[in-house]
Amino acid sequence: MRARFWGTRGSIPVALPRAAIRDKIVAALVAAAGRGIDTVDKARAFVDRELDFTVASTFGGDSACVELVTGGDEYVLCDLGSGARVFGNHVLATRGATGHTFHIFMSHVHWDHIMGFPFFMPAYVPGNRIHIYGGHADLAEAFRRQHAAPSFPVDFGRLEADIEFTRLETDRAYALAGCAVRVKRQLHSGHSYGYRFEREGKAVVYSTDSEHKRDDPGETDAFVEFFRGADLVIFDAMYSLADAISVKEDWGHSSNVMGVELCQLAGVKHLCMFHHEPVHDDARLAAILRETRRLEEITRRGARLEITSAYDGLEIAV
Amino acid sequence: MELSPRRFADALVLRPAGTIDHVSAPAFRAALDPHLTGCAADGHHVVLDFSEVPYISSAGLRVLMLASKQAKAQGGTIAIAALQPLPLEIFAISRFDQVLAVFPTVAEALAEASPAAAAAFTRGGGA
Repeated sequence: MRARFWGTRGSIPVALPRAAIRDKIVAALVAAAGRGIDTVDKARAFVDRELDFTVASTFGGDSACVELVTGGDEYVLCDLGSGARVFGNHVLATRGATGHTFHIFMSHVHWDHIMGFPFFMPAYVPGNRIHIYGGHADLAEAFRRQHAAPSFPVDFGRLEADIEFTRLETDRAYALAGCAVRVKRQLHSGHSYGYRFEREGKAVVYSTDSEHKRDDPGETDAFVEFFRGADLVIFDAMYSLADAISVKEDWGHSSNVMGVELCQLAGVKHLCMFHHEPVHDDARLAAILRETRRLEEITRRGARLEITSAYDGLEIAV
Repeated sequence: MELSPRRFADALVLRPAGTIDHVSAPAFRAALDPHLTGCAADGHHVVLDFSEVPYISSAGLRVLMLASKQAKAQGGTIAIAALQPLPLEIFAISRFDQVLAVFPTVAEALAEASPAAAAAFTRGGGA
């Protein structure tokens, strides 16, 4: 399996501001000074190999949408944030407009997780099949309401793809989209759901918009069990731990520190921090990644936990 | 968990010992709670001497956050002193060094809290 990230930002999409782009160009020009970079190929090689990620690239700004590339013919997605727009356009551009099947697992139906669907072009094309799974009773209603006047000009009923909603139950094992799927209820406003996907001996957990208070050992144990031995855990690390349990307590999100602890307890191989705070710029997110890797290093008891910070366009092989 | 309480004028110095993780955090909280319950009556200031704590997890940090709120609600203060290198890094990475008062030494924590307590500590007059 591979995880491909189409949207990684939390709460609301963000765009790289003009000043940040200017700063990156300035930093790149200074770094390139005197290097004799006088062709496009040399410039590309320099950018790709020698510039820091925060200068050469960006974490990106689309909201939550992650594709699991399973090797099967059908697409598997988690959430339909604004990154779903980019994903849908990519599918149409590379694989044609129709004849596709999408299995989409929704953490919840807060705006940032559904806002990409009105711009998900495969939904407008007859011959496509879209299965939307989630734990909420109002799953379908949330999507229909988003398309309804006066919020959007195209009513849900005019979408031409075959769209089905399926409500999943927690703590049941499902066989969906070529994967064994388990669902876990999580602490969030209106609650959310995490998913564990297993296929061919590999396990990926998608657990976003999930607060961990650590005041109930049983709840901690349940998450450790849900994460147990996973090859990859995609984890809501939006806040610092101090914020998450003080001024932002009950805001429904978690921290890098909590991600490291739960993954270490569960023997996870790879933690990917996700649902980035929209006020954090690239330098801030890179600093948090460095600190989190350091935390893992100084608290390591057993095998090393690999840590990455998700960015739009990232792919992780498991 | 034994906290080895020592009083210096209007300040109380508590010294937990050992790792504070998700297993030991409940015991840490239970040991701390009686000292915070009478915080306002017994003196306004509590200093936690962390010189014997080699590691603290999120569960332990949460206990500190609750303790800080409890102390503030009673008009008291709580400070952390003498962090070992590893907990010091954990405080920085978790940003707890921005929401709790952290001092390099117990003497410096007491100096900030109360001149009388600092003087008593310097004289070695803890009880």
